[in-house]
Amino acid sequence: MAGPSLIMYEEEFNQINKVLEKLTKEANAKIVFLVDKNGQLIAAYGETKNIDTTSLASLTAGNIAATGGLAKLIGEKEFSILFHEGERDNIHISIIGQRVILVVIFDHRSSLGLVRLRVKKTGDELNAIFSRLMKKVEKEPQAGSPFSEITDEDIENLFKD
Amino acid sequence: MSFINYSSREINCKIVYYGPGLGGKTTNLQYIYDKMSPDTKGKLISLATETERTLFFDFLPLALGDIRGFKTRFQLYTVPGQVFYDASRKLILRGVDGVVFVADSQIERMDANIESLENLKVNLKENGYDFDKIPLVIQYNKRDLPNAADLQEMKSLLNPKNLIDFEAVATKGIGVFETLKAIAKLVLVEMKKSAAVR
Repeated sequence: MAGPSLIMYEEEFNQINKVLEKLTKEANAKIVFLVDKNGQLIAAYGETKNIDTTSLASLTAGNIAATGGLAKLIGEKEFSILFHEGERDNIHISIIGQRVILVVIFDHRSSLGLVRLRVKKTGDELNAIFSRLMKKVEKEPQAGSPFSEITDEDIENLFKD
Repeated sequence: MSFINYSSREINCKIVYYGPGLGGKTTNLQYIYDKMSPDTKGKLISLATETERTLFFDFLPLALGDIRGFKTRFQLYTVPGQVFYDASRKLILRGVDGVVFVADSQIERMDANIESLENLKVNLKENGYDFDKIPLVIQYNKRDLPNAADLQEMKSLLNPKNLIDFEAVATKGIGVFETLKAIAKLVLVEMKKSAAVR
């Protein structure tokens, strides 16, 4: 299989949530979320109630994948920042440490300049957290992995009608 | 590449429906979407052309239930089947945990089936996967059509290794959930295996 699973522990998850909360406030954003490059939503903060974050995550990853393909075609490694401007809301997308995607949704209460500035700072913090997380996963790869203990019966049970 | 979140106690897996154009990959997802209860499914996203050909991908998130207190979520994707969308197919296979190959049973589509299966092998390899090791289920779709090829012939062409396979009529839902269950099971068993070796 290509690469191990992405594993998230409680400690890092809380740290990430705090970082996203801070970014939401400092950048005057509506919603901030973090997605892995395969389209899985890692964390979200802000006015997420009326928004389908799962679909947003998958489309964001698709968007990054497609622009990455474009980049390669013209000899670039990747486009690390994407910006979509709407009538009311705007989306700022950036790749953090070539691993995860940070998405900021904001309206007229903020500005592109402010978002860019805050995202840059946040990127370093997130990078540090993910580096720690990766080290932790390497050190104790299956510490309490739900899969080391599940039985065939557990899997069967999932499919009982 | 699955995503295990110990904090929210969730397991996320990615399944990709692959196969030749107009073979019924989107129809599989559409049927699953129509039949699942609203609390277990998310929105079905379709990035398609005006003529309903898949342009980039379809996406359907599903929640299957709990394993040992972990919510298991599956994200189903389809690829665009048309030959010239190869770059998109490659991107969508990134991070895949299991593949469903939807073959078109119509006899005149046999070459397209074989070409698509070969293309799957190449694209898996380019993403760092081994075709012989990844969880894979084969579905022979459109079995109800009068020009459907002989099943044994299709098996020998597309499934020489005798992987799990199903006959299907996706428009009527025949074989759709059987296929989904089989691939979901294979993915979980594979995750269990790799947790044990590590």
